[in-house]
Formats: sequence, C-alpha cells, structure tokens
Amino acid sequence: MTATNAIVARDLTRTFGRFTAVDHITFEIAAGEVFGFLGANGAGKTTAIRMLTGLLAPTSGQASVAGHDVYREAERIKRDIGYMSQRFSLYEDLTVVENIRLYGGIYDLTDRDIAERTALMLERLGLGHAADQFVRAIPLGWRQKLAFSVALLHEPKVVFLDEPTSGVDPITRRQFWELIYEAAARGTTVLVTTHYLDEAEYCDRISIMVDGRIAAIGTPAELKHTFGAASIDDVFVRLARAHPPEGKSEARP
Amino acid sequence: MTADTETAVAVEDVAKRFGSTIAVGGVSFAVPRSELFGFIGPDGAGKTTLFRILATLLVPDRGRARVLGHDVVTDLWALRSRIGYMPGRFSLYPDLSVDENLRFFASVFGTTLDREYRQIAPIYRQLEPFKTRRASALSGGMKQKLALCCALVHRPDILLLDEPTTGVDAVSRREFWDLLGTFKKSGMTILVSTPYMDEANRCDRIALIQGGRLLAIDTPRAVADSFDRPLFAIRSSDRYRLLKALRGWPHTHAVYPFGESLHYADRRTDAPTDRLRDDLRDFLTARGFTDAVVEPASPTVEDSFIARMGGPDGARAA
Repeated sequence: MTATNAIVARDLTRTFGRFTAVDHITFEIAAGEVFGFLGANGAGKTTAIRMLTGLLAPTSGQASVAGHDVYREAERIKRDIGYMSQRFSLYEDLTVVENIRLYGGIYDLTDRDIAERTALMLERLGLGHAADQFVRAIPLGWRQKLAFSVALLHEPKVVFLDEPTSGVDPITRRQFWELIYEAAARGTTVLVTTHYLDEAEYCDRISIMVDGRIAAIGTPAELKHTFGAASIDDVFVRLARAHPPEGKSEARP
Repeated sequence: MTADTETAVAVEDVAKRFGSTIAVGGVSFAVPRSELFGFIGPDGAGKTTLFRILATLLVPDRGRARVLGHDVVTDLWALRSRIGYMPGRFSLYPDLSVDENLRFFASVFGTTLDREYRQIAPIYRQLEPFKTRRASALSGGMKQKLALCCALVHRPDILLLDEPTTGVDAVSRREFWDLLGTFKKSGMTILVSTPYMDEANRCDRIALIQGGRLLAIDTPRAVADSFDRPLFAIRSSDRYRLLKALRGWPHTHAVYPFGESLHYADRRTDAPTDRLRDDLRDFLTARGFTDAVVEPASPTVEDSFIARMGGPDGARAA
C-alpha cells in the first residue's frame, strides 16, 4: 500500500448470514482523486462505504483508508474522513453557525480554529446573511453546499458523499460539483455516489458494483470505450440489467 | 366531444402558500386526456403541493382546478375513486406483504385483487415472485412498482405520480418509464413529476417548474429548442481549469459541466457557428489547452432549464 493511495481495498468482503453483500472487491483510489462509486439499489455500495468509514467490520479481506487499517484503526479513520449524505447531514433545529460549532467540537478543533473556519466558510459560500438562521429555513441547495463544507471542516484527507445532489436543481448541482473540484484540487480525495449518471462523467474514475462485486472500473471514457456505449447511463444499464438484484436472497441491510 | 370530456386536467391561476412560503404561485395549465404530462423541477419547486391539490387532499388559496370535469374542492367525492395517486414519500404499509398491501388498497375501493388482475397484470407479474415479502424488505425500484400497482388497483382514469423515480437507480427508472408507456397506451392520463431532467424526454409534454412557477409548458423538443444561444460542447482532460479559464473569457454567456464535456453558450448570438468555434479554439490553444475539443452542441431540456433559471448563477440569486 503506497502513500499516494487514499483508499486501498483488497478482496474486501462482508456477509450477513448467507447473504454476501460485498464480495471480494479490490480497488485503489489515489489521493486527490474524484471517484464515482456507482451501482444499482442493493448492489452493495452502502455496505462497502460502511466498511471504509470504519462503521462496520469486514468479514474478510483488507482495506486501508487515509493510511489506517479498517480492522485495527477504525477510530483513526473516523478522524481523518468527512461524511455527508443526502438523508442526513445537518441538524435542522440548530442554526447554521451552531451546526458548524457542533461539528468543530466533535472533531476537537480549538475555538479559534472554529471561529476562523466558520468565517471563511460563510464567506466562500456567500451565506453570511444566514449565519443565525435555522438550517431547516434555508433552501435545500444551500443546505447541501453547507453540509459539504461542514464535512470538510476538520480538513479530512478523504470525504465520502452519499447521493449529495439528490433532488437538487440543475444549477445548484453544478455549483456543488465545483465545490468538489475545489476540494480535490486542494488534495482531498472524494468518493461520491449518485443516481444522476451524467454526474458519473464528472469523476476522474468510476466503479460500477453489481451483486456485491465491482463489475467495471476505470475512467468514464475507458468504460464507454470498453462497452462500446455512448454514455455511462448505457454502460450502467447494460451491466446492472444482466443481474436483476431481486433474484437474490432476502436480507438487504 | 365537449371540452370537459377531452380535457383531463384544467388548472386556472391556482396558488397555495404555507405561512410566508409561497409553494405554488398562481399556475395555469391544461392536460388533454391520454397525455403523459411531466412536471420537471427540483425539490421545493411546488410539485408536491400541486399534486396534492389535484388529488383533492389540499385546498388551494385561490384559483380553480378541475380533474375529469370535477372541481377538486367542491366535487371531491365524485373524483376520489377515479384518481390513482402515488405520493412522493413511500406510503404503503411496511409490515404488510406485497400481496397484503395490494388486497388492502383494493378493498378500500370496494374491489378485489382477483377482479382487477388484468388491469395491473403488466406490473403485478414483476412483483408476483416476491408477493409474500414484506414491503419494507423490497429494493427501492420494487417499492415504487408496488406503490404504482396499489395506485392502479381500482382502475382509475387518471394517474398522479409524485416523483415515482426519485432515489431509484437508473435501471429501475427505465423499467418504470417503460411501464408508464404501457399504461398510457391503454388511454390513461398520466401526470408525473421528476427532478431528473433526462426523464423529460419520456413525456408527451412537460412543464418546467421552479419556485412555485411554471417556466415553460411544451413538448420536450420544443422546450429544448427554445434555448436561443449558440451552444458548444468543449472537452479537455483538465475540466476544472478549463471551466475557470472559460469563466474569464469576455464572450462567455454561460459555461457549466454537462456530462463528459462542458456546455458553453456564447454572448454573440448573430455570429456564424464556424467563426465562434474557431475563436474558441484559438482562445483555448493560447491558454495551453492543447487537447481541447470544441463541437457545436444541440441544446437539451436541462440547458433550457438552466437558461430559464437565469444562467448558472441564477440559483445564487434565487
């Protein structure tokens, strides 16, 4: 495992009873890379992300994130990563500034660091006027951009984004992606999931999971070339349709 | 035929606010029978409020809405049994099985699953292998299909589907739209909303909706073609630097990521395409983008939506 790889997985596997959710996946993500982690509902993405974020122990195989082993150093992984999902990211009953302070506290930032980074973040997002508003009162698009910035507050080496742009308008989606590019340009590694397959084209590389395995991995151009497809959407449908996930056994975590 | 029998939905100046938030701000439109009509817009655009008004679940502050000739406020009981409504949030019983959910919804409308089998067969066949599985244990795509099945089981004349494909993977989304095509052929009127711009092309006509207002109503092709600036697709290996470089060019009207390339709209609306393209190439070469590829692009519904929102900076002002 080299120092330039932010995420390394070797034969990473997780079973639940007789159901194999993640089945010997192997891949590497370089530092500063924007990596699209794609797959149909139930293909195993969420289980894989839970293992890489130190929340779920693998059944077998190896993985390291930001240089830390997922078995022995799960707590150190949590300090060095950021996480944001569409479903939950900020506390709606706290104000913008309270949310930032809460996350800063969780990651042991000093009061001075929190104050400085809050000011910088609000200025960069143009959100200064909304500093004392409840998060529930600000538009979804702003909330998602704020949630992303909060996930980066403690300057993590790797950030996991789980469907960050779901339901967001086409302009805000693109502004969000510019924030991703900015973070990657500063050296942050980004692993992102999305159901908007045009967004897959915005990634440096992508993988497509089918039935717990990585069925394809490469740059968007490489995958389109390999499958003779016009778009990632076509590649995805061809791979995923060959393996309808409903045919599998019961539990899906 | 009278207007009432040809028009499935007629909405005139309907508005609804919640406290100080204007959810729907005075919209008017009409949908003829047997049309597949799509509302395309992001979360918070007003889609759900509009659907709830049409489904007789919410009374508008002003304006008038008629569905199948019935007023949604004064004539709701005549209407309810003729509407199939699928709310945006999954609203079936998670502890009941696939079959139990279906039988329950059939019984509410005074019918049975066996009697309605033919109506729902195209979709029920896909669910049948899992009919004893609890609804909560289904994948996202299958949940949506079950919800559609429950909305269809009483043989409605019109379907109101609020974001049926949100959060569902691309394969399930395609299958869902294929099913809608099947039901449309049987003469049913379908109103459907979606935040996915690419799904607009599956509709006969669409309304772009944002901030409680309709930005456009037309066929997907006409909405796309209403984009009125020269548009180019530009590719380079260093997208982010390319984007920033183009932002600084005085002729740039708008530039934003679009699939594998950037979409670039030029300020000069009267110059020939070839000249604009050559200009762009020269500019990019001078900036060191030796691998840049510049090609004229056909505008899509999404380009049109972005332009109607006021360009890539529009959301900031909104």
